[in-house]
Amino acid sequence: MNWDWEIFFQDPGGQHTTYLEWLMSAWGWTLSVSLLALLLALLMGFMIGTLRTLPKHPGWVLFGTGWTELFRNIPLLLQIFLWYHVIPALVPPLKELSGFVLVVLALGFFTSARISEQVYSGIRALPKGQFYAAQALGMTTWQSYRYVILPRAGRIILPPLVNEMMSIVKNSSVAFAVSVSELTLFALQVQEETARGVEVYLAVTGLYVVSALAINLLMGQIERRVQIPGLVLPGATGGGH
Amino acid sequence: MIELKQVSKWYGAVQVLNDCSAQIHKGEVVVVCGPSGSGKSTLIKTINALEPIQQGEIWVDSIPLHDPKTNLPKLRSRVGMVFQHFELFPHLSVTENLTLAQVKVLGRSLDEAKKHGLEYLERVGLIAHKDKFPGQLSGGQQQRVAIARALSMDPIVMLFDEPTSALDPEMVGEVLDVMVSLAKEGMTMVVVTHEMGFARKVSNRVIFMDVGGRILEDCSRDEFFGNPDARQPRTREFLDKILHH
Repeated sequence: MNWDWEIFFQDPGGQHTTYLEWLMSAWGWTLSVSLLALLLALLMGFMIGTLRTLPKHPGWVLFGTGWTELFRNIPLLLQIFLWYHVIPALVPPLKELSGFVLVVLALGFFTSARISEQVYSGIRALPKGQFYAAQALGMTTWQSYRYVILPRAGRIILPPLVNEMMSIVKNSSVAFAVSVSELTLFALQVQEETARGVEVYLAVTGLYVVSALAINLLMGQIERRVQIPGLVLPGATGGGH
Repeated sequence: MIELKQVSKWYGAVQVLNDCSAQIHKGEVVVVCGPSGSGKSTLIKTINALEPIQQGEIWVDSIPLHDPKTNLPKLRSRVGMVFQHFELFPHLSVTENLTLAQVKVLGRSLDEAKKHGLEYLERVGLIAHKDKFPGQLSGGQQQRVAIARALSMDPIVMLFDEPTSALDPEMVGEVLDVMVSLAKEGMTMVVVTHEMGFARKVSNRVIFMDVGGRILEDCSRDEFFGNPDARQPRTREFLDKILHH
């Protein structure tokens, strides 16, 4: 088989001077979609997962459960199309939003449902006495969660959370479906233009792997840093694969 | 200081507290004992509203706990509690365990809270462990830290929920020693325990509960241990079983 990596230094014509530059720009879009969606997913996931554990607020529990079931039971690709085609038709102001923003919302909410499930189980895995102890010291429900429950639950769910962070990079590839010029769309277009599918797909594959591994390494560091001395929790060590 | 008036509580259809009334005065040490499932732990948890009640009244320092308008966090900050399983916060160091609620709940400065907390840590004999984490201490040490943590809040009363029953036998003594010295200093204490030695030595009163959440006996220590003939048959049976080994 003949490799032709020179292809990346050719001029595609258009806004990019080389295919390499286009590739890097596409990588940038992939990372931007992923990071913004991740921020949204963490924020909503922790909030919704926490709401679902508030025993005295059945309304919030119902809302949180509804949110989780809604966003995790519809295929991600379909959710992208729903955000792109259906929701703006129902809520006209959303027509102003770019495909990029809609993809961030779709991917963020989809992932928030999965994170909410993890946060919920993490909190439920703690002995009830921890909540009692926080309350007995006079902490409000908010303070108990802020200083005791969430720091502990967060550590318990770190490995599956890392998994979710790596998934979000991979899932961001669905953005091609609404023409966000990220890595997968790049691969589709450039393979068509140049007929060098093997090189193009390998390069894109490499960048996805590098991105996910970087997250894994970074989170491994964080995991070691927040490890609780003297406490061995099942699944609390290791790299979160 | 604490008054329970005809308190009842149900878990679904199961009644766990049945018309319980009792009074605890300032400086008193009251031991609550009885068989498993008699509602002792539930009863003590109602005194700081960790367990809600469906019927009756509970007054702590003239504040009505049964009133939905009562600021429960504020009240709880004045009632110290020690749990069977210690419930230190494992992600925080011993010092942080002692200071967290002082700072966040009482609004003390960190320096002030540290100074205050470490005084109590010194008292329970663990000052050398101030920078360790709970997971690095033995059960007895953890329970002593938990007592120091509760005392750091300067509570008006201390509640102990089976403080020694999760401990290795060798470590029971060190925890009881701390409790005895507290009692001798005049701390108001409510103690759920099977340690009849402790009850005999320092308690003023003994409350005996039976299955179904009823208070069968509420009398002075001397009466409870010294006058078995005046006790209910159920109480005599219980005492026979736990005292004659």
